[in-house]
Amino acid sequence: MKILVPVKRVVDYNVKVRVRTDGSGVELANVKMSMNPFDEIAVEEAVRLKERGVASEIVVVSIGVQQAKDTLRTALAMGADRAILVDATSDVNRDIEPLAVARLLSRIVEAERPDLVIAGKQAIDNDMNATGQMLAGLLGWGQATFASKIEIADGRAVVTREVDGGLQTIGVKLPAVVTVDLRLNEPRYVSLPSIMKAKKKPLEDRTAAELDVDVTPRLKIVRTVEPAQRVAGVRVASVDELVDKLKTQAGVL
Amino acid sequence: MTVLLLAETHQGRLATDAVARTLSALAPLGEVHVLVAAGDGAEAAREAASLKGVAKVLLAEGESLRHGLAEPAAALVASLASEYRHIAAPATAFARNILPRVAALLNVMVLSDVIAVHGADSFDRPVYAGNAVQTVESTDPVVVLTVRTSVFGAVGRQEPAPVETVAAVADPGLSVWIEDAAVVSERPELASARIVVSGGRGVGSKENFDAIIRLADKMGAAVGASRAAVDLGYAPNDWQVGQTGKVVAPDLYLAVGISGAIQHLAGMKDSKVIVAINKDEDAPIFKVADYALVGDLFSIVPELMGKL
Repeated sequence: MKILVPVKRVVDYNVKVRVRTDGSGVELANVKMSMNPFDEIAVEEAVRLKERGVASEIVVVSIGVQQAKDTLRTALAMGADRAILVDATSDVNRDIEPLAVARLLSRIVEAERPDLVIAGKQAIDNDMNATGQMLAGLLGWGQATFASKIEIADGRAVVTREVDGGLQTIGVKLPAVVTVDLRLNEPRYVSLPSIMKAKKKPLEDRTAAELDVDVTPRLKIVRTVEPAQRVAGVRVASVDELVDKLKTQAGVL
Repeated sequence: MTVLLLAETHQGRLATDAVARTLSALAPLGEVHVLVAAGDGAEAAREAASLKGVAKVLLAEGESLRHGLAEPAAALVASLASEYRHIAAPATAFARNILPRVAALLNVMVLSDVIAVHGADSFDRPVYAGNAVQTVESTDPVVVLTVRTSVFGAVGRQEPAPVETVAAVADPGLSVWIEDAAVVSERPELASARIVVSGGRGVGSKENFDAIIRLADKMGAAVGASRAAVDLGYAPNDWQVGQTGKVVAPDLYLAVGISGAIQHLAGMKDSKVIVAINKDEDAPIFKVADYALVGDLFSIVPELMGKL
C-alpha cells in the first residue's frame, strides 16, 4: 500500500507570532519555521504503518516555496521514502490557499495513485482546517477527519474520530483521505544519522504551472491586526475576597 | 440574497444553541434557510423553524444522513447550492468535516471560524491560534463559511417558519458509520457553558483532577483542561481548551493550575471574566486574568467549594 502525506512549512509552534504594524500580515522574516505539528503526526502514522508492514511506500509532498525542502527533508528523516516539492510561489509571505493546495495535491494523487492520503487536520498558521476535506471532495474519495486511531484492513480504513462530545468510529473505503488529530500518536525524535541518510533520498521538483493549477487566491486579505488585548486585573488575597469580588463586582456568581 | 445554514443535529436533535448563535452572526446577510439533514429530522426541523430569523426550513431525511457522514451530507448541500449566495454552519466538528468538502465541490474557498461579518463578502477570522485577526474579502460567487459560535449571542424565538421536505441525494457509499462513543454527561456543553472550570498541569494527577470536576459540578459549570493536562492523561481530549482544542467564551472562566501557554490563552481569552489560581505568581495566565489568586490549589479549591 502506498501512502501520500502532504506537509506544510509553518512558523514554529513555540514562536510567539508578531503582527506587522502596517497591517500587512504576520512577521515571517527571521522566524523559526518547522513542519506543521499535525503534519508531523501524519508522517509518524504513515511511518508506523510501514513499520507494521501495512504500507510499502511513503511519499511526502509540500506545496509553496523552495524553503519547504527543509520540511520535506525532516519528513524523509522520519522515515518517508521520497519527496515532491511543488513550487507554487517564491514569496515566503504568501500562503497558498487550501483550495489551490487541494487541486495541486489532486494532480499529484492522479500521478502517484496512492491508496491512502494522511494529512494533518489543520495548519497552525491559517487555521483553516480544510485541505484534507477539499482533496477528498475533488477526488470523489471518502474522508475520515480528526483521526485518533487508524486501522487498515480488507480494503478499508477503520478510523476513530474526535468529535464534539466523544468519539465516532467509521469505515472508509480505500482510496481515502484521513486527517489526523493530536492524540493519534507522538511523533518520533529525528536523529542525526537519519537526517544524514535522508539527504540521499529522492526529492523531486515540480511547479504549480506545470501541473496546470491556478493558485490565484480567492480570498483577498485586506488587513491583519492584533486581537484586542486583555489587561491584567487585580490580585485577590484570599478565597473570601475572590468569592466576594465575583459576586459583587463581576456579578458572575 | 439568501443564506443556507446547515444545522447541526445529533440523533435527530437540533444543536439549538450553536444554530441560534450562528443565526445571529448571519443576520446581516439576508434571509436564512436552515437545512436539517438527519435520519429522522422532523423534531429538529420544528425546533429550527421556531428560531428567530429563519425564513424556511429544508428537511432532508435518509439513512445516509443519520450519522453526519461527510460524503452524503456534502453532496446534498452542494445539490442545493445554486439557490444561495452564502452557505454557512457553526464551526463545530460536525460542520468542519462537511463544509470544506462542499466548498471543493463548488470550486470555491471556505472561510473557517468567522468572528465578524462586515458584509456579503467581507469577514474577520482568527489566524495563528487567535494571535492575529484577518479581514478577508471573498471573490467567490458563493461564500462558504463556518461561524465561531462563542463570539455571537443566541437569537430568540419566533412563530414557526414553514418546513419543506427536500430529497436526500443518493448515498455514494464511500464510508459507513460503525459506532459513536458519546460521552454522556449531565454537565453543560463546554463550548456553550456559562461557567467553565479548567485544570492544568499543576493539578498533578488524574486523581487530583476529580477536585476540578467536583468544583465544576458544584458551580453548574463545564469542565475544561489545558493541553498539558490532556497530554498527561488527566483529562479526555474533548475537554481541551486552546488552539488545538475548543475555543470557549463563557461568562466566567476559572483556570486552576494552568500556567497560560499561548496555545491555551488562544482558546479562552474572550471569556468575560477570567479567574486564575496558580502557585507561580509569574504565570502568564495572570496577565489575562481579571482576578488572580496566588496560592496552593490543593487548599484553595476545597475552600472555594465550601464557600460557594
